[in-house]
Amino acid sequence: MSIGSETQAAGRLGAFDLRDPPDMDGIRACVHCGICLPQCPTYRVLGEEMDSPRGRIYLMRAAAEGRVGLTRTLVHHLDLCLGCRACETACPSGVPFGRLLEATRGQIARRAPRPLGERLLSGALLGLFTHPKRLGWALGAARFYRRSGLQRLVRATRLLAPFNRLRAMEALLPATSPGGHRPLPEVVAARGKQRGTVGLLLGCVQRLAFPRVNAETARLLTWAGYEVLIPRDQGCCGALHLHTGRIDEARVLATHLLARFGREVDFIVTNSAGCGSAMREYPHWLGADRDVEAFALKVRDVSELLAEADLPLQRLDLTVTYHDPCHLAHGQRVRLEPRKLLAAIPGVRLVELADSDLCCGSAGVYSLLEPEMADRLLEWKVQRIAATGAGILATGNPGCLLQIARGCRERGVAIEVLHPVELLGRALPEPERNGWR
Amino acid sequence: MALAQKFLRDLEAIVGRDGLVATPEGRLTYECDMHTFYKGAPDAVCLPTSTEQVASVVRLCLEARVPLVPRGSGTGLIGGAMAPYGGVMVSTTRMNRILDVDLPNRCATVEPGLINLWLTNAVKERGYFFAPDPSSQMVSSIGGNASTNAGGPHCLKYGITVNHVLGLEVVTGAGEVVRLGGKVQERPGYDLTGVVVGSEGTLGILTQVTVRLLHAPEAVKTALAVFSSVEDASEAVSGIIAAGIIPAALELLDAPIIRAIEEGIGAGYPKGAGAVLLIELDGPRAEIETQARRAAEICRDRQALEIRVARDDAERALLWKGRKEAAGAVGRLTPNWLLQDAVVPRSKLPQIMREVVAISRRYGLVIANVFHAGDGNLHPLICYDDREPGQLERAVQANEELLRACLALGGSVTGEHGVGVDKAKSLTLQYAEADLNFMARLRRVFDPQNVMNPGKLLPSHPACGEAFQPAGTGRLPAGTWV
Ligand code: SF4
Ligand code: SF4
Repeated sequence: MSIGSETQAAGRLGAFDLRDPPDMDGIRACVHCGICLPQCPTYRVLGEEMDSPRGRIYLMRAAAEGRVGLTRTLVHHLDLCLGCRACETACPSGVPFGRLLEATRGQIARRAPRPLGERLLSGALLGLFTHPKRLGWALGAARFYRRSGLQRLVRATRLLAPFNRLRAMEALLPATSPGGHRPLPEVVAARGKQRGTVGLLLGCVQRLAFPRVNAETARLLTWAGYEVLIPRDQGCCGALHLHTGRIDEARVLATHLLARFGREVDFIVTNSAGCGSAMREYPHWLGADRDVEAFALKVRDVSELLAEADLPLQRLDLTVTYHDPCHLAHGQRVRLEPRKLLAAIPGVRLVELADSDLCCGSAGVYSLLEPEMADRLLEWKVQRIAATGAGILATGNPGCLLQIARGCRERGVAIEVLHPVELLGRALPEPERNGWR
Repeated sequence: MALAQKFLRDLEAIVGRDGLVATPEGRLTYECDMHTFYKGAPDAVCLPTSTEQVASVVRLCLEARVPLVPRGSGTGLIGGAMAPYGGVMVSTTRMNRILDVDLPNRCATVEPGLINLWLTNAVKERGYFFAPDPSSQMVSSIGGNASTNAGGPHCLKYGITVNHVLGLEVVTGAGEVVRLGGKVQERPGYDLTGVVVGSEGTLGILTQVTVRLLHAPEAVKTALAVFSSVEDASEAVSGIIAAGIIPAALELLDAPIIRAIEEGIGAGYPKGAGAVLLIELDGPRAEIETQARRAAEICRDRQALEIRVARDDAERALLWKGRKEAAGAVGRLTPNWLLQDAVVPRSKLPQIMREVVAISRRYGLVIANVFHAGDGNLHPLICYDDREPGQLERAVQANEELLRACLALGGSVTGEHGVGVDKAKSLTLQYAEADLNFMARLRRVFDPQNVMNPGKLLPSHPACGEAFQPAGTGRLPAGTWV
């Protein structure tokens, strides 16, 4: 048998067709060294080659070479991948794992039949999470569910126990009501001398589950000297679609979003790591276009801009620990800025969390689709958080916030789980008043 | 060879449903280690969690005469963790606990799947470390290190893995669980620990390893000496060793490797240099200061362009990250490569490097070099592209020529990576028939039925005991031996 004999006969690349196939050069860049293995959450849990980055790349390669098809088993091993991209950070050979995974999932989504139940579930989840109106409605229903006492009944009777995925969804519901925030205005002026103008991405989950995070983000940016534009009708960045292989839908959403953010802004700011990492990848998915590239280069996590600013922070006597969201640490290589910001609050003692960049199991809609693996990772995360003795855990991604808060709540670990901007907001001279400033 | 349904059920009964990989897709990912040239998928993979499970699996295979292939993290470079004859692969990744840390006696007992670096991480705050540091130490397992008797940059001063293994628990190829050696080194009887270390899973499967821990040195100094050519750098190596200095590590990296590291990792190596020496000294502070001055003089005498000293631990760590991940970064240079692992007496280093350059020119292939210069242990990486017709063949020929050149200078066919399937046939170049026969007879004592890792370590020459014949077939399964 010869190596590397991918068959490109008849418009095919082995088991893949030629519509967005995984990039062969990216696959071939894997030299099979295994350096990524210990960084991979699923490998850490299972110790199996086919649930490691190296094994998954090997499966993609074998599929491209026509040695395996897009079988149920292959799909299962790729489904189990969190898309956390810890392997990319570890890889000395520059394998672009995230893109390879998304492309492979794209092929699977289009061409590998899944049981109806699975398709309906993932379709429904996406439809919910990426449409703020529907999500708002669902959260309203959820609030009713909680207030009416139904939730306590269901939790007490473990009614949902046999339905793993429903149970996972139910458990994610935040314990306190997030509602009641006025919508943010379209333009917020800078305070003092203006440094520049930024566009703020609200994020589908963030704006409904954590409206305060957006309000605080806008407020902090104005304190940092930025004029903040908040375009209406932003829609969704398409990150969740991309991660689940719905590449064409992601393209439509991305194109819409791009058009909503004018060229006049200096930066596009996000406080949701998953969105930021997807927006930086737009040029790869939308093709080489000057506007797309210019947009991607302007994307910043809020922590990057605030870390450069001189905020008038006041004393908060707290012990804080920080969890690295995968799509911030691995997807955008932003690690130092959030830590720097938190440590800049007078009185805050920042303690390092062991394995702080190991996935918490949230991973977009993963915790709902693969609850078992997600739970094992959450268990580890909560143990390590408890070991820090901190009173506050900060992390900059709505998925991580929901997941970790649930994990700590269920395991009786008393700790407040916050977005870094919420903590920074508390340290500003004037408190936030149920609005945007 | 397909395994019988009943056999698979018996395996499952031992390791449990989630401890058995039997799907074609799953098995495929186990068909090679880092030496992807050699492929052979096992018929099943077991992931045991205890010595008892390992022993039961071995006994089951023994009874059915099914080949057994042990595997750690699968980072080997010799085609050791692949199954040329199929059979059952035993992956130790789930046996990764630290069982005992005994600091007063400076040793630890661990399960074989424990990642090398995790042991040092667990004891470094208390001032100790585990010395063998193969470049793969951030992922390779201690069981795999012991099985291949791995070396590493710091083995120049501290010795290779065998010098750090005090005792073993092994399930032999006969299905017995035996304990060899132990915490106390002075023991009566044969030194069987030394026999099993480096036996590459041909004698049995390791289930526990007791290793020596060392006290961290008082001070460490790491420097980069930059040269315009590999030859000048090689001369400097000979000079340093001749002066009686024993650095903790003395690594040579040439221009292509520096380029790969800088592109892949950005570790602060000087782009455009012809070669660099990574020199590390450790020990009592006063002593290493004197040695450092002397080493710097020697480098300058050999035309060093510049000598940079790492200013702090972060800089040192980055230099080492670059060095240790160099092989992984080679993917930036070339889609495929062959890695040679040969040794020459270190006085012959300048000579063999001239040979390497000549061979590279002759075959028109880039040969990148990164190696333990202090030991004379070469790691030329012969770069090729399998999509270009003829390149693979040229690479194979260049590889063989290199090996012969090393032997002609009085060297050895393998340094620290082991033998596996890659070097098995080359052993006849180094050992006489009587030597090989003796080793084959020793192997039979541990593995009377010839089930342990067939095809590895010893050449299957009729004189060395009959080649392994899987029950019922005489041919190699498809996918083996590219
Ligand atoms: S670290 Fe990179 S090159 Fe090495 S196995 Fe992982 S993906 Fe492949
Ligand atoms: S993305 Fe995360 S889960 Fe997937 S292979 Fe990489 S490290 Fe593992």
